[in-house]
Amino acid sequence: MKIIFLILKREYLVRVKKKSFLIMTFVTPLLVSCIWLVPVFFAMRDIDQKKIEVIDESGKFEKTFKDTKELVFKPVNTAVETAKKDFAKSGYDVLVHIPKDILENPKSLKIYAEKNVSLEVKNGIEKAVEQEIENIRLLDAGIDRKVLESTKVDVSSDTYSLSEEGEKDSSSGAATGIGYLCAFIIYFAIFIYGVQVMRGVMEEKTNRIVEVIISSVKPFQLMAGKITGVALVGLTQFLLWILLTFGISSIMSNVLGMESLGPQKRVEMMAQPPGTVRNATVEKPKSEQKSSPVTTVFKAIGTLNIPLIIGCFLIYFIGGYLIYSALFAAVGSAVDSDTDVQQFMFPITIPLVLSFIMAQFIIREPDGAVAFWMSMIPFTSPIIMMVRIPFGVPAWEIILSVTLLIGGFIGTAWLAARIYRVGILMYGKKPSYKELVKWMFYKA
Amino acid sequence: MNILETRHIVKQYAQHRALDDVSIDIPRGQIFGLLGPNGAGKTSLIRIINQITGPDEGEVLFDGKPLGPEHISRIGYLPEERGLYKKMKVGEQLLYLAQLKGLSERQAMEKLKEWFVKFDIKTWWTKNVEDLSKGMQQKIQFVATVLHEPDLIILDEPFSGFDPINANLIKDEILELREKGSTIIFSTHRMESVEELCDHIALIHHSKKVLDGPKKVIKEQFKTHTYHVEYQGSLNDLNPAYTILDSKKLEDGYLRTNIRIPRDAVVNELVRDLIDQVAVRAFGENIPSMNDIFIKAVGEVPTT
Repeated sequence: MKIIFLILKREYLVRVKKKSFLIMTFVTPLLVSCIWLVPVFFAMRDIDQKKIEVIDESGKFEKTFKDTKELVFKPVNTAVETAKKDFAKSGYDVLVHIPKDILENPKSLKIYAEKNVSLEVKNGIEKAVEQEIENIRLLDAGIDRKVLESTKVDVSSDTYSLSEEGEKDSSSGAATGIGYLCAFIIYFAIFIYGVQVMRGVMEEKTNRIVEVIISSVKPFQLMAGKITGVALVGLTQFLLWILLTFGISSIMSNVLGMESLGPQKRVEMMAQPPGTVRNATVEKPKSEQKSSPVTTVFKAIGTLNIPLIIGCFLIYFIGGYLIYSALFAAVGSAVDSDTDVQQFMFPITIPLVLSFIMAQFIIREPDGAVAFWMSMIPFTSPIIMMVRIPFGVPAWEIILSVTLLIGGFIGTAWLAARIYRVGILMYGKKPSYKELVKWMFYKA
Repeated sequence: MNILETRHIVKQYAQHRALDDVSIDIPRGQIFGLLGPNGAGKTSLIRIINQITGPDEGEVLFDGKPLGPEHISRIGYLPEERGLYKKMKVGEQLLYLAQLKGLSERQAMEKLKEWFVKFDIKTWWTKNVEDLSKGMQQKIQFVATVLHEPDLIILDEPFSGFDPINANLIKDEILELREKGSTIIFSTHRMESVEELCDHIALIHHSKKVLDGPKKVIKEQFKTHTYHVEYQGSLNDLNPAYTILDSKKLEDGYLRTNIRIPRDAVVNELVRDLIDQVAVRAFGENIPSMNDIFIKAVGEVPTT
């Protein structure tokens, strides 16, 4: 154990001290924060007030335009031509001209601006005018707006799953999202860190240091130390990514002046296309604000079994990584050069890529036969089971799958170790699959 | 007592028998030359001694006990194919390798300090291995091999990659290690270093041991009973029991002739015979060099 720890320590420190690790660890959260914040920032930027001059020749729209945070309306009585001429000096951003015959000729509404008017502003003004015209026409026809409003119904459904525990609010949307996210993270972690294990093994082999090392330690100890060392590097990196992403995001949002927005609000803003936000403010507030999809998701996430998901995620994350990194280590030991890697990488990555592709079908039918079997096979279960778990999987399936995963890991590690101990000392020609099988049965 | 004994070692690879019934005894405190042509099975034997692989048959005894994990820290191994972690600092790397051999970090540190002073390489400590020249890397690796003061040191071609000055330095270190009581297994193709350093040799050829014993005894075995003489005059009337093998004229007009005498002949009689006939400048026995012995031993074994 002490020896494995020594190896683990070296593998860990060497990687963590690398420049590329530091760069990856700090740049990724920065990028993620940018991807996350820049759209919000731009959405917020044109919140800076726009002053709008309104020439209402019809005289019917005095009360239509209500000032909002972003838009300030000022009715003026000058003629259109003068207003247009003086527009540049007037200090207004937008000029709205409502002609006399707007009721008869709704298309005659004109919006002028020095620069192009943003689509949201345009839509907002149009909507407001449109609604007012509707109101006027309705009034003319003897119908009150309020009456009309009361006839409108908004149908939106909540989905519920019926289980032994009774009716439970479930949201397939949230489950899909979480399932995908978990599968995605596991898929990439296996690839990134599995390949790191393989490179490490190849480095030792091509450097020829391996012969010195295994005159001191058993090949299995070396392999185990390397795999666990890289696993810790991965966990460190993920942890730093999460912390830094939150850290940088909050710093950046402060710098960008978004502190007034609570995180909830920020999420809402992100979740909706900016246009809808604007419309909602220009429009008269609806009597019943429909809850935004994001809050629904948050609510739905709350109904999922979060501890179970996190627990399973860790098990499948670690289990999947261990299985594949053992295989990657075996590949690394069998080859001499990068060019030979492809041939052996391919068959290993097939189940991984396949399960990632299948995930999107399984997410639609999480209880199908394919889903069941793929979540039992240790090579596909880390991804497929994680896709299914947010939808609810019977306990016995999880237990069976985890047992198979552990068994699969032990079997894979054993086979990989047998290839590894022979492979690291074999130089020269590229081995065939037949030879790899033979290596497994060599006496130590 | 022998520090290491191998008994009837057999190592079989798929189609190839790397070692076939190899038994050798390595006496304590000696420099033991393990010789053989390329592919003879030396590396396989060395790997078995290092417990990198195990024999298919036979056993290895260390200090009279079956070789086991407890002996790892008592063996130091310098493989023919050298290698270090290129991106690791010299100091860290040596500390790591020493700890794998069971030294504590503090012990390793103390010993390393001595070696860094001895080799005058203190400035290398924080350098990356890849920034050192090949010879410098070899030196580092030599330190790594002997740092934990092993009882048995296995050196596979230790001088390759060294310039003559550093090769001498390493040679002196090897001799000093023997003085301190270490046993050294020395595998090489360079017969002049065998000549110079080894007390005992074993020769492996085609997976079998073909020669084994103290260097002096082996030289005795390979004596050809030939002598050389440098002289002026003509040697026409030599005793017919003696065979003149060859004769050539040296640049200064002297002749140099090789003469073989029968196994039971007395050398003094040959000398007397020579003196009577010619003016002798030099006379001596042709002692077989290790090179001759190597070629002879390897050549004699049928290649089947």
